[in-house]
Amino acid sequence: MSAPPPPMSLLAELTHRCPLQCPYCSNPLMLDPRTQELGTTEWQRVLDEAALMGVLQVHFSGGEPMARPDLPELVRHAAQAGLYSNLITSGVLIRPDTLRALADAGLDHIQLSFQDVDPASADRIANMAGAHAKKLEAARLITAEGLPLTLNFVIHRQNAERVPAMLELAEQLGARRVEIAHTQYYGWGLLNRDALLPDRAQIEATTEAVAAARTRLAGRMSIDFVTPDYYEDRPKPCMGGWGQRFLNITPTGKVLPCHAAETIPNITFPNVREAGLAAIWEDSPIFNLFRGTEWMPEPCQSCAFKEEDWGGCRCQALALAGKADAADPVCHKAPDHKQVTQAIAQRPQTPPPFRYRRFGNA
Amino acid sequence: MTEATGPTLCETTVPRFARGTRLQYDRVREVWFIQAPERAFHADAIAAEVLQLVDGTRPLHTIIDLLAEKFTAPRAVIAQDVLAMVAELATKQVLLPA
Repeated sequence: MSAPPPPMSLLAELTHRCPLQCPYCSNPLMLDPRTQELGTTEWQRVLDEAALMGVLQVHFSGGEPMARPDLPELVRHAAQAGLYSNLITSGVLIRPDTLRALADAGLDHIQLSFQDVDPASADRIANMAGAHAKKLEAARLITAEGLPLTLNFVIHRQNAERVPAMLELAEQLGARRVEIAHTQYYGWGLLNRDALLPDRAQIEATTEAVAAARTRLAGRMSIDFVTPDYYEDRPKPCMGGWGQRFLNITPTGKVLPCHAAETIPNITFPNVREAGLAAIWEDSPIFNLFRGTEWMPEPCQSCAFKEEDWGGCRCQALALAGKADAADPVCHKAPDHKQVTQAIAQRPQTPPPFRYRRFGNA
Repeated sequence: MTEATGPTLCETTVPRFARGTRLQYDRVREVWFIQAPERAFHADAIAAEVLQLVDGTRPLHTIIDLLAEKFTAPRAVIAQDVLAMVAELATKQVLLPA
């Protein structure tokens, strides 16, 4: 196999600690404890290695990355290495002084998450009283500082009807971009699938609301829209292809092709404490496991779209079909597609209570 | 598609990069990129020439003059390309009037 292209972006999950407990969190069910987190100098070395490899953008994420007091130091280091830095935050720890420190360090952009536009619903989804009010204040501080802001709304059956109001809020708060992203069903999201999965009418309504807002706001605010792939005919090209564009580093230093990859059994995950990032990207078994098309089973192998969707999502194949190298069951041609149609058909009329994301609750 | 908002672009406009966007040379891939919130656009050779002259003080007519001289090309042709490209980057929120 020829050498892979260099990665474009790095998701740096600095910590799994978070004041929020959203039931669709993308972190794994087994959360990394603080005592095992990478230290400041380890992250600084990783940022230098990433820049030398050709990474263009680093996304500081978590958990809540602002729970790390060394975040401004890491942002400054990224800027000096020539990396574009993005902060993916819940916003609840943003105050004038903490924001100022990040802006002074050279932070390029902030993505601020919202759970809803209705404060009571938002606080219930995050399981944190007062979270929504803190986020509104954070958005005001960010735009007053002049930092470009993306609002991220995660949507599901319990808030999808309020997408038009979410887009209006983003406009009022002065966001340049907004992401309307349906929850994905891995890890915590899969545990809470019955409480989250929308019906087809909700999907159609959100799609229409986004299309109308895109026309109204053209040139002023751009809108990214992520649909739940359970209602698609073909799978999504997860991460732009396994080991093609993206890498993820967990709080304890494991390097993954996607944030859900730790669920894949019988494989050793490489760690930045033990190897260089470039060697991991190019040579480690996990990154080469599903790179390209050679690994593909039928019906992917003879499919005309195999270099468009790259066989879909490996973690979804594992979660639903029990095998990471199966065709993504979202695909209507996949042998396990009934796992998806059954999940939709068996969705209860009333959503069950959330199982909140926190240490020891999986 | 027409632009919904924003002032009409003309040669007296002074373009600048919006905060959170910049032109960056990628030494690994040996190409120019426009770094922007959560995406990096590849800048082709013409875009890279234009954007290297965007400094928040030069008006477009100066940028056009400099490029027409550098490439010994008809000014009208350069002007058309520059104005079209700057308009497109304005709709992508990469460039703003200074």
